[in-house]
Amino acid sequence: MAETAGIVFIVMGLFFDLFGCLGLVRLPDIYNRLQAATKCVTFGTCSIMFGVFLMKGFNATGFKALLIILFLVLTSPVAAHALARAAHISGVKLWRGSVIDRYEEDKGKKE
Amino acid sequence: MNKPAGNGGTERHSTGAWLAGIALLAVLLAVIFFRTPEVPFFQDLPHMDLFRRCFFILFLCMALCLYRICRGPTPPDRAVAIDILGIVIVGFCAILAIPTGRSWYIDIGIAWALQSFIGALCLAKHLEGKRFDE
Amino acid sequence: MRSKMVRAALCFLVWLGLTYPPHWESAVVGLAASVFVAALTGSMFIQRPHLLGHPGRYFWFLIYVLVVVWECFKANIEVAFLVAHPKVPIRPGIVKVKTSLRSDTGLTVLANSITLTPGTLTVDVDRENGVLFVHWIKVASGDIEKATQAIVARFERILLKIFE
Repeated sequence: MAETAGIVFIVMGLFFDLFGCLGLVRLPDIYNRLQAATKCVTFGTCSIMFGVFLMKGFNATGFKALLIILFLVLTSPVAAHALARAAHISGVKLWRGSVIDRYEEDKGKKE
Repeated sequence: MNKPAGNGGTERHSTGAWLAGIALLAVLLAVIFFRTPEVPFFQDLPHMDLFRRCFFILFLCMALCLYRICRGPTPPDRAVAIDILGIVIVGFCAILAIPTGRSWYIDIGIAWALQSFIGALCLAKHLEGKRFDE
Repeated sequence: MRSKMVRAALCFLVWLGLTYPPHWESAVVGLAASVFVAALTGSMFIQRPHLLGHPGRYFWFLIYVLVVVWECFKANIEVAFLVAHPKVPIRPGIVKVKTSLRSDTGLTVLANSITLTPGTLTVDVDRENGVLFVHWIKVASGDIEKATQAIVARFERILLKIFE
């Protein structure tokens, strides 16, 4: 029973991973790519880890899988935020279909 | 450092390219599911016929990330792809730990997750044009 | 002093998880290492240790985790739909939202959960004015108040109970 549930979680995680990487290739500019990739790949990998925990139960592998979930949820949004900010500061423009850029306006005011 | 000259991506979305992409993806997934290539190692383990398919789907994800690393028009694009590649590899290590039953594969996963996070932060600092100790 | 003790306990818990199954030799080494790390880093990370004793906050934190996991699942379905759609129907832009959270931990958790929920990504935080710059994949309106209602409001109510 736990094994079947684990396999279901792993397959769901693989599905989301695949869509995240497809988003990395398809979407037009870096900010959109960052959105798709960060959300889907983080959630997919966390789901894979939870599946591993369900299949293995409470032993060394299971505990470490839970720890990896904790690390990923804490670190991956921070890395995404740092990369988005760095991209904006280093001068990458938004996609030409973008509607609004309040950040650029504010930076212009400060200088 | 020199500023990236990107005007934020110039890709267009045509229906023909979408159909071609869907067809390519469907062919690849069909090959993975129905004519799974043999892996040269760990052949006689339990669940291996399922996990071989998982490995090849993850290889597909990695190939997409590598495409973005090679092609990415601006440096931040490459940095993002490197970060995502790290997370996919963590998932790969974790799945590898199940059929083989060796728990040190997941230790590699933990180390890789932390290392990839620190690498992403360093790349972000570098792209902002700062030194690493600011 | 109390924050150092809490920090040492957290480090020791992570060490125990990493070296499961527990063994007394590795536990002794881990205890020494976590006390050393806590003495070095001091009160850098936990600045208000008196808040850790309120049980109500842990209850709300549990509810918050459930809300975030559900939102995260919805986010993934939505992004998968966007990526698979032939025309990629996006209207991206960076909007400004206001928040009434002031503590560092609260702002960090808010920014992280905005990143993990549908179509939004925190780009920068202005801590003095309580302003977040959020990249939104489908901009509904560029107005500050409306964007705040749409993005921040659902988390802020719970976070105010946890961190303030």
